[in-house]
Amino acid sequence: MAKHHVTTTINGDPAEFLCETQQTLLDCLRDELGLTGSKEGCASGDCGACSVMLDGRLVCACLVLGVEAEGATIETIEGVAQGDELHPLQKHFLEDAALQCGVCTPGFIVAAKALLEHNPDPTETEARYWLAGNLCRCTGYDKIIKAVMNAAAEMRGA
Amino acid sequence: MSEIQFATPQTVKEAVKCLAGAKGKARVLAGGTDLLVQLRAGFVRPGLIVDIKHIPELRKVKREDGGFRIGAAVSGAELGANAAVKKAWPGVVEGLELIGSTQIQGRASLGGNLCNGSPAADSVPALIAAAATCHIAGPKGTREAKVEDIVSGPGKTTLKPGEFVVSFFLPKRPKRSGDAYLRLIPRTEMDIAVVGAGVSLALDSKGVCTEARVALGAVAPKAVLVKAAGKALVGTKVDDAALEAMAAACRDACKPIDDKRGTVAYRTKVAGVLAQRAARIALARATGE
Ligand SMILES: Cc1cc2nc3c(=O)[nH]c(=O)nc-3n(C[C@H](O)[C@H](O)[C@H](O)COP(=O)(O)OP(=O)(O)OC[C@H]3O[C@@H](n4cnc5c(N)ncnc54)[C@H](O)[C@@H]3O)c2cc1C
Ligand code: FES
Ligand code: FES
Repeated sequence: MAKHHVTTTINGDPAEFLCETQQTLLDCLRDELGLTGSKEGCASGDCGACSVMLDGRLVCACLVLGVEAEGATIETIEGVAQGDELHPLQKHFLEDAALQCGVCTPGFIVAAKALLEHNPDPTETEARYWLAGNLCRCTGYDKIIKAVMNAAAEMRGA
Repeated sequence: MSEIQFATPQTVKEAVKCLAGAKGKARVLAGGTDLLVQLRAGFVRPGLIVDIKHIPELRKVKREDGGFRIGAAVSGAELGANAAVKKAWPGVVEGLELIGSTQIQGRASLGGNLCNGSPAADSVPALIAAAATCHIAGPKGTREAKVEDIVSGPGKTTLKPGEFVVSFFLPKRPKRSGDAYLRLIPRTEMDIAVVGAGVSLALDSKGVCTEARVALGAVAPKAVLVKAAGKALVGTKVDDAALEAMAAACRDACKPIDDKRGTVAYRTKVAGVLAQRAARIALARATGE
């Protein structure tokens, strides 16, 4: 069988790629499309470094097949900033020192953005539970949560 | 290595045809949160993957005979957002919503949780306690089965080749009844149950228990319906003595594994404790507290 030809929408733009059935969406984003912002930490759904939005739902791209993207709408970390204008989450991650090595950061930002779209005013506990599927080896989480809470406040205009 | 074929049937009939016509072993794909991990690890090497998420029946939740029909591929995030199901069968929704992280919830389904065959699957004891049934399609037509009859052992089901679960049916919630599911994990999130307990019970107008079903996860090769535990509650006011008798029946039903996450003695004791706590929550829900 020839490779699958997948037509999809990524960060608002039409995109297409070829893949084999067993290739994950994460493999396709990184290796076929050169979108290397989404990271592979574990490839088993445990770390959240590969977090993307698939048809409006937060998912692990390592647990989605590339072929499943046919006709779907995907949003990745590459679509979070508007040109040179960083998203408030990105700004606060920088200002609040919420990253060290940075491998977990794209996943945290995509997941936190989904949280704030779903709940613009989360409690710290809600934010921690929502982000429980995102692991960070470096920061100890407190600075990440602080950045998310500060970004949420800024986005609410508080 | 031969290539893996991929199909996206749009109807149940088409899916049955795909599965029947497969060269090599075919695998159904729902949310993929178990299947992709197994593919990656090389535990499974199917000849064909059939994505069932394009079939409308598998993605719908609707009312039926006073109860609910839930598509087997409906995700935790979708079911969790359904206020009517949550109100009628909070224990079932709790079980499904405990699975994994927000990301996993975006994909994980009841059908996948059941058919993956893990003894620790969180939605399964709640479904069994709820007396849920499955609608199954296969090459010989369709059939209904009780949830407790689907898994036969770790990773194994009684589904025949080419069969798959189309939907689950949650019966009409009787008056003065409630259900609950609890699990014990060593962490607060993202862990596999050391013990899981689902309880569903109904009371008469005097507060006497008329029906009760108790199911345990992670304490035997598959989730078990503990009939004696349910019986211990029927005819009582679900008082402390009845709850202790129920817990004793739960402990008797345990044949757990022994590992660093829980010894046999620990899992057995906790099974009784968790079932009691779940029964208290179900009771409070039944009395509208
Ligand atoms: C990080 C992480 C955390 C997790 N945490 C938990 C947890 O806390 N509790 C828990 O119980 N599980 C947990 N799981 C396991 C998994 O998410 C669940 O079992 C989930 O419900 C599987 O559903 P799915 O739709 O993703 O299944 P899939 O991966 O799509 O399918 C699983 C299996 O069932 C078969 N199958 C799927 N649907 C059907 C159907 N309708 N008919 C017949 N066969 C079918 C597939 O062929 C496959 O063999 C976790 C997994 C990950 C990766
Ligand atoms: S790489 Fe996908 S969750 Fe870790
Ligand atoms: S900053 Fe290194 S893993 Fe989070």
